[in-house]
Amino acid sequence: METTYREAMRTAIREALLQDDRVFLMGEDVGAYGGCFAVSLGLFEEFGPERVRDTPLSESAFVGAGIGAALNGMRPIVEIMTVNFSLLALDQIVNNAATLLHMSGGQFNVPLVIRMTTGAGRQLGAQHSHSLEGWFAHVPGLRILTPATVEDARGMLWTALEDPDPVLIFEHGSLYNLSGELAEDAGPVDIHAAAVRREGGDVSLITYGGTLPLTLEAADRLAAEGIEAEVLDLRTLRPLDDAAILATVVKTHRAVVVDEGWRSGSLSAEISARITESAFYELDAPVARVCSAEVPIPYARDLELAALPSAERVVAAAREAVGGGG
Amino acid sequence: MTHRTPPTGSPAVPEAAGHLLRQMLRVRRLEEQCVELYSAARIRGFLHVYIGEEAVAAGVMSALGPEDAVVATYREHGHALLRGVSAGVILAEMYGHVQGCCRGRGGSMHLFDAATHFYGGNAIVAGGLPLAVGMALADRMAGRARVTACFFGEGAAAEGEFHESLNLAALWRLPVLFCCENNLYAMGTALARSQSQTDLALKAAAYELPAWSVDGMDVLAVEESARRAVDAVRAGGGPHFLELRTYRFRAHSMFDPERYRDKAEVARWTERDPILSLRRSLEATGRFSEDDWNALDREVAAEMEAAVRFAEAGAPEPLDDLQRFVYSER
Ligand SMILES: Cc1ncc(C[n+]2csc(CCOP(=O)(O)OP(=O)(O)O)c2C)c(N)n1
Ligand SMILES: [Mg+2]
Repeated sequence: METTYREAMRTAIREALLQDDRVFLMGEDVGAYGGCFAVSLGLFEEFGPERVRDTPLSESAFVGAGIGAALNGMRPIVEIMTVNFSLLALDQIVNNAATLLHMSGGQFNVPLVIRMTTGAGRQLGAQHSHSLEGWFAHVPGLRILTPATVEDARGMLWTALEDPDPVLIFEHGSLYNLSGELAEDAGPVDIHAAAVRREGGDVSLITYGGTLPLTLEAADRLAAEGIEAEVLDLRTLRPLDDAAILATVVKTHRAVVVDEGWRSGSLSAEISARITESAFYELDAPVARVCSAEVPIPYARDLELAALPSAERVVAAAREAVGGGG
Repeated sequence: MTHRTPPTGSPAVPEAAGHLLRQMLRVRRLEEQCVELYSAARIRGFLHVYIGEEAVAAGVMSALGPEDAVVATYREHGHALLRGVSAGVILAEMYGHVQGCCRGRGGSMHLFDAATHFYGGNAIVAGGLPLAVGMALADRMAGRARVTACFFGEGAAAEGEFHESLNLAALWRLPVLFCCENNLYAMGTALARSQSQTDLALKAAAYELPAWSVDGMDVLAVEESARRAVDAVRAGGGPHFLELRTYRFRAHSMFDPERYRDKAEVARWTERDPILSLRRSLEATGRFSEDDWNALDREVAAEMEAAVRFAEAGAPEPLDDLQRFVYSER
């Protein structure tokens, strides 16, 4: 069955609402408006305003309320329009959701799912284009998911809802219109393991979320030049699947990390560090990184494109790793 | 004691009305142009137009002095224009051209202009309020008699920053004019679906600052209220709050299918079009004719045509400059 990332996500939310009456969706314009990216379109009509709950523009309060409801027996799905606005709720996420279990000595867990859009590429300027999922991946107590395929858009939510602890799902804005084949019986998927999206023996391209499509495109172009790239989709940014990262590096001996976040103090830095910590003697070339330029993302088309990772830049980095190695 | 000053009615049509009509029409025509250019893919990103709400910016801006500061939202093309940024420079910004007021780095939602003390262009709802408070704090500490006018939508009243900012400004008696553009919707969420207290002037008054509501479709009423409030703020009367009751005639942005309101409601409000209303009342005085209107319309159309030509003639910034302006160039 042909579907889109957006529809797959909607199907997942609908299924959760149907299967568990503790589940409800809450956020800005998820209801009457139909969802700012039309993910929840039609759910308000189907499930009503109690379970598809529009909130005022009060990110801190409604995320905090989601935490409270989760503490008290519900299974909320809180939608924050974009990661940029999650900063208004950062306190609740970091100081409450991520800490309550530990601070309470294991007494109070927070089975909450927070979904939000992330990423650039649509000329929305510096307050609507950042990729801050790496920040959240810094925080113990949170689980960070980055579905990059229609299967994961369809399947990650239910597994996240079954998790006893807070899970954040980052949906890259450029993926909503991605279409793909989905099995009729597609359902929940695991949220622990990274996935090899393409096999190859010459270089490992390690990525997640919005940069998976361009990384796959880069792998195709490299294949045309005789370089077989393996593409690893991390899927979960915290906890990282160390074994999968190690396995691909042991296989290819070269790694390029592709991450739309900024390079300094980033997720890509973490992955690079883990590779050098655990597989240093396997490497035939330095670990390379393709990240966003260290600027607030500009509006102008050409400047924005120049700031973001591209297939060309991934191809160039992979060539260098292969050519420059031993 | 009440902090709610009752609004006074519109005065008889003053001489300045012709100026206000012209200003509103400039905003209207600029944005009609923007919508057209957006459809032609000359402008990208998010575009939020102010069509229907022009009386608010026109009335408040005309009550401000040249040294006063303005903080606005992502729906700020009109505010920038009336503050003195040229239509050509605004359009060039939306084209992403280096001739734009922010060299194309900001776009429609982030217009800034130091020369006219226009501090943006903030696309985080309520993000501008604390900034305005700080601007006013600096003015007070430096002994400047300047007013900072801060525009924001009624949706912002649900954010913590709204409450924290009103409280700070009132506590420290800072020279801020809070201008709440109540167009009844925050994207698709109607005011009554997001506020337990929908009387926003009453809500603001809880922070002990003078606050009142104004008919935001009547530019003369807006101007009169704004003038009174600006004078009081400048005279050391502390922050003031105006709730400007208005309506956006168009969609929230270019991506909004408007499922949340019916066409009849929009039609009722468009009957109160602030430009048409003022034109009619000016014509009723006998001092403004259809010929006057046509002349004005032609003049404004010519201004906008020139603006489009200016923007079209521009060019994007060289890619080598990408890394500039992350830190100050010394
Ligand atoms: C903190 C934050 N949350 C959400 C958004 C997304 N958003 C952009 S405009 C808007 C509606 C704001 O409504 P209002 O303040 O009434 O201003 P209006 O658009 O009506 O002028 C929303 C929800 C945002 N930009 N910032
Ligand atoms: Mg509004």
